[in-house]
Amino acid sequence: MVEATSEMRATRNGSRFARAAIAGVARRAEPIVIASGALIAGLLLFSLFLLALGKSPAQFFELMWRGGFGSWFSAQNMLTRAAPLLLAGLCVALPARLGLIVIGGEGAIVLGGLAAAAIGTALEPAPAPIVIAAMALCAMLAGGVWIGAIGALRHYRAVNETISGLLMGYIAIALMNHLVEGPLRDPASLNKPSTTPLAEAVRIGAIPGTDVHWGLVVGVVACFIAWALIEKTTWGFSARIAGGNLRAAQIQGLPVGALITGFCALAGAFAGLGGMIEVAAVQGSANASLAAGYGYTGVLVAFLARQNPLAMIPIAMLLGGVAAAGGLIQRRMDLPDATTLVLQGTIFLVILFSETLYGRFDIFHPERWTKEQ
Amino acid sequence: METSDIGYWSVPLAMIGGAIRVSTPFIFVSLGETITERSGRVNIGLEGILVFGAMSAYAVAVMTDSPWLGLAAAFCAGVCFGLLHGWICKFPRVNDIAIGIALMLFGTGLAFFFGKAFIQPSAPHLPAISLGFWSDSPQIRSALDVNALFILGGALALFLSYAFRSTRIGLVLRIVGDSSDAARAMGIDPDRVRLIATGVGGGLAAIGGGYLSLYYPGSWSESISSGQGLMAVALVVFARWSPPGCFLAALLFGGAGALGPALQSIGVTQGYYLFYAAPYALTLAIMIATSSPGRTLAGAPGELSITR
Repeated sequence: MVEATSEMRATRNGSRFARAAIAGVARRAEPIVIASGALIAGLLLFSLFLLALGKSPAQFFELMWRGGFGSWFSAQNMLTRAAPLLLAGLCVALPARLGLIVIGGEGAIVLGGLAAAAIGTALEPAPAPIVIAAMALCAMLAGGVWIGAIGALRHYRAVNETISGLLMGYIAIALMNHLVEGPLRDPASLNKPSTTPLAEAVRIGAIPGTDVHWGLVVGVVACFIAWALIEKTTWGFSARIAGGNLRAAQIQGLPVGALITGFCALAGAFAGLGGMIEVAAVQGSANASLAAGYGYTGVLVAFLARQNPLAMIPIAMLLGGVAAAGGLIQRRMDLPDATTLVLQGTIFLVILFSETLYGRFDIFHPERWTKEQ
Repeated sequence: METSDIGYWSVPLAMIGGAIRVSTPFIFVSLGETITERSGRVNIGLEGILVFGAMSAYAVAVMTDSPWLGLAAAFCAGVCFGLLHGWICKFPRVNDIAIGIALMLFGTGLAFFFGKAFIQPSAPHLPAISLGFWSDSPQIRSALDVNALFILGGALALFLSYAFRSTRIGLVLRIVGDSSDAARAMGIDPDRVRLIATGVGGGLAAIGGGYLSLYYPGSWSESISSGQGLMAVALVVFARWSPPGCFLAALLFGGAGALGPALQSIGVTQGYYLFYAAPYALTLAIMIATSSPGRTLAGAPGELSITR
């Protein structure tokens, strides 16, 4: 009799452990399943759009595979395009953990690139490692101050961060145009006003054995740092509390203003670094090409990854592949280059729409699995 | 010569003319956004709707040879986009600001996609009304060439102000914007009111876009908008959700935007790009000056996520 009960207890304990494990898996599976489902739904909607225009979706996705992922050549192209998206995405994902929607990354990229180009040419004769370090530092400072100001305005003046971020993006581009056309202009750049080109020694080269520049490594490392900051440190924990419930965080005595300003400044520093890499690895000087829309694609990357820095790595590769295949699709299918914009917009809308599905499916609910029968 | 006669007076004159020309899209987008925000929702995606409106107005005007049909087409397209935004935001936990950003991308993408074919052909322009007929000076004449849409925008601002204050529809809209619960208690469906308000807001924003492509600058290109749709959202906050306030604020913004070209016309080219940033800087400065932590803005609809 006694033995039987202890045996029953043992099996119940065992099955409780198993149930807890399943519950944990179910909880983690929810964002992955819903986000992938939304991605597929977005691709289906886009296929309908192509069908309505009399184009073949099968050919579209086949070309996308070939141009973005299928060969070593296209994979390198994809990785090169993914690199700036990682840093631009971090500029959105970090403030988002505090509940802020900051989409001013474009401004931080532009100013970071400009600061890097200016300091890089000013320090010309110094040893290359010092110049590169100074360029990175100045770029991060420029971007950090720019986005940090948006966070500070949000907290201390209650200025809506989304609108101020967009406005400051326009101001940053105007500032760059002013400096590149005027004081910082290289007289030799006739058709496309640019700053003086950087010396070959301070350019960022390719990872050995590939055509992909080191910016990709910087981007991936930055994502891991941001992830560790959010998930493994007290600051990240405080930020998540403030993002979940601002009042509760204030009552707990958390330094909410410093957290918001600090996270925004760090986010801007990452974007500024992205601008520096764009200048030092791709453009060679600061010019209007810096405002290529990375800041806006970064918004998409961060939202698709649900503001998780590690999830941003595969998402950035996916969108990098879409961008890499754009040219091929344009030529083969006679579609305008805005096709990728339409695809991005469709996926973005469906992904945001899918937010409403969280918690609706019983199967993902931990309590469904841990509940005693 | 006439120019030398009025000398530096040409700067304020060019700014007045410029303000009237540049402000019209601001008027329509901000009035549309006022309707949407008064119902308690924010549509940041008006920028994308504006660009799509500019494209569809131009395309239809090219095909039918009538700018007014173009405007009507833009209005319909804008209503569709607005309804899309309103419908998606109806669902719980969907963030209206994020959807706005997505709509910006989607509208711009679709506009560039279908607009590729219409960059070359030229469309008939919207007619202008010459209010400067009494003057001999060509500057005054050109400054007072007022487009019909500007006058229509002013009339619409007055009408909306009246409608918000003293009509049944206006009252319903304001109740929904101030408290969903109060609206439900009165038997009003807040989601339906917001859906319609966002739809109408989108339609007006698209008319603003149609003005851009059919009158000033008067052609369709992928760089047609310089963020008018976004600035208009900030402008609504500055105008405290009052339609006549939107009209005046739009004139102020138009004047700031006309500063650069006006100075350039008399030979001041120094810092041209900085003057180009004037409207954005002005918007930001106004937002900083008028926002304040700890209290909600006077006149802000209670359900609005942007001021919380």
